[in-house]
Amino acid sequence: MSRVLKVLNAGPMVTVQDMGRPGYLASGLSRGGAMDRLALHEGAAILHQKPHLAALEIAGFGGTFEAGEDMRIALTGAPMRASIDGTPVVWNASHALPKGARLTIGAAETGSYGYLHVGGGIDTPEIMGARGTHLGAGLGRTLQAGDALPVGKDARPDHVGLRLDPDARFEGGLVRVMPGPQTRFFAPAERERFAAETFRRDARGNRMGVRFVPSGSPFASDAGLSILSEVVVPGDIQVTGDGTPFVLMAECQTTGGYPRIGTVLPADLPRVAQAAAGKTLRFAFLDVDAVTAADRAERRRWEALPGRVKRLITDPADIRDLLAYQLIGGVTAGDDPDRD
Amino acid sequence: MPTTDKTLPRIDPVGVDGLLVTFGERLSEEANRAALAFRAAAEAAALPGLAETANTLASAYLRFDPDAADHAAMEEAVAALLEGRDWYGAGLPQGRRLWRIPTVFGTDLAPQLDEAAAAAGLSPEQAVRSISESRVRVLTIGFAPGLPYLGTLPPEWDIPRQTQLTERVPVGALTVAIRQMVLFSVSTPTGWRHVGQTGFRAFRPEAETPFVLRAGDEVEFVPVPASDYASLEASGPDGGATTEPLE
Repeated sequence: MSRVLKVLNAGPMVTVQDMGRPGYLASGLSRGGAMDRLALHEGAAILHQKPHLAALEIAGFGGTFEAGEDMRIALTGAPMRASIDGTPVVWNASHALPKGARLTIGAAETGSYGYLHVGGGIDTPEIMGARGTHLGAGLGRTLQAGDALPVGKDARPDHVGLRLDPDARFEGGLVRVMPGPQTRFFAPAERERFAAETFRRDARGNRMGVRFVPSGSPFASDAGLSILSEVVVPGDIQVTGDGTPFVLMAECQTTGGYPRIGTVLPADLPRVAQAAAGKTLRFAFLDVDAVTAADRAERRRWEALPGRVKRLITDPADIRDLLAYQLIGGVTAGDDPDRD
Repeated sequence: MPTTDKTLPRIDPVGVDGLLVTFGERLSEEANRAALAFRAAAEAAALPGLAETANTLASAYLRFDPDAADHAAMEEAVAALLEGRDWYGAGLPQGRRLWRIPTVFGTDLAPQLDEAAAAAGLSPEQAVRSISESRVRVLTIGFAPGLPYLGTLPPEWDIPRQTQLTERVPVGALTVAIRQMVLFSVSTPTGWRHVGQTGFRAFRPEAETPFVLRAGDEVEFVPVPASDYASLEASGPDGGATTEPLE
């Protein structure tokens, strides 16, 4: 057998994702990459590897995967019902997946996007410098039964039985927003109403953008339908013709012609991505300085995740987990050679 | 006249790690040239912390590494670069080309010709003549990979986008709004009206040159009968288009 993860069956929207493909904005190709970047950092911390390694992003439900040789996995993001050869395994933790073992991942219990990481990372060929599937640009595709995904060489094959406390972001809540070039198209009273509004996550949403429905009346701008198409970035809150906002996400276009009231802080995009249909969200406006400080603090927090990894302690009656752990000392903090 | 607006060029923050330099609130020849030239100059100047740049129709976007720079530092560097040159008098980029792209106007292949023509106050025949006789320029590349914004069409084409998006237009779709055209490089939803269909692939991810058109290139859309479409599409990614150097 070769070092592959075999896809025995897959949900409708399982894709290879990484930190995306920066550098092509001038050519109209948005960066793409994982919807929940925090989950990539969490998986990397649990497996003690770098966060830019590719993983599988699972929207809705996962499928069944088989190890072509001994490997280890971590599961992060939206918690999903998961088992290895029929024995339930803990989410937000790492586990051994021995050769021939079958990992089954079911539907999300809360949230939208789960992630399956492998030791060494998914090692599919790079397209234009990255592995992340960009559906809108036709780079890569959703996974199908019969796919065999190459897995990279794993530097720490025995490093399993570790976990992180979940970083709660699956139930909606408050996200931070900064003003942008087109915020001025919205009258002060509309901006205040927007900041006070509670929005419900609509069923319409994908890797390009997520629609939020206000509980009150639609939002109006002074921009009309004839403003110049202008640069858009992930996190931009675009108010379309019918007055409902879309938050633009990882795979958004690089320009857009609808006015944008502000931009969600990157660190809060996982909360937007993970809010399942029906969850509610509110937007709090911060000025540039406050957003810059918050962004720095959040990025430091994500980078510090390896120091928060813990041993997985489960019911001693759970034989698989006892067998699966290699209870090792000096688990993480400080011994990381080269983390992004 | 863009230079009479004292608020321009204007620098605005775009998210935590970017800023936008706006040269025009409306598209104009001068603002488009200024935006293209300023972006090229920002790249050449290698501003500290600069990660990536891009153009839109009348602006330049600069993304920076937020650990190497911040908004205040980048705004200062950009303001300094803006000084000392008449950006609105800049020339066009070098190495421009003329493309002639065979296009089926109307029919089932491009179902919104009649509707767009009516919005412009033209008959469908007049609309086809107006578009096909306008040599348009690639004003910028953006929205989707390799996708050109083309302009400018005569004033009657100052028609708004649709309030509701068309669910999907195919690759090669020629669409119109606000005196501009967009030639779609991917299949996507859009608010622009679908008036023509080409076999031209503006994004070729497997090719040595994935992004085919460049800002400054000029394009003519040559009417062909719908019966030609299948063979044009089958002829390769150029869809029967020809190209020659300009200047």
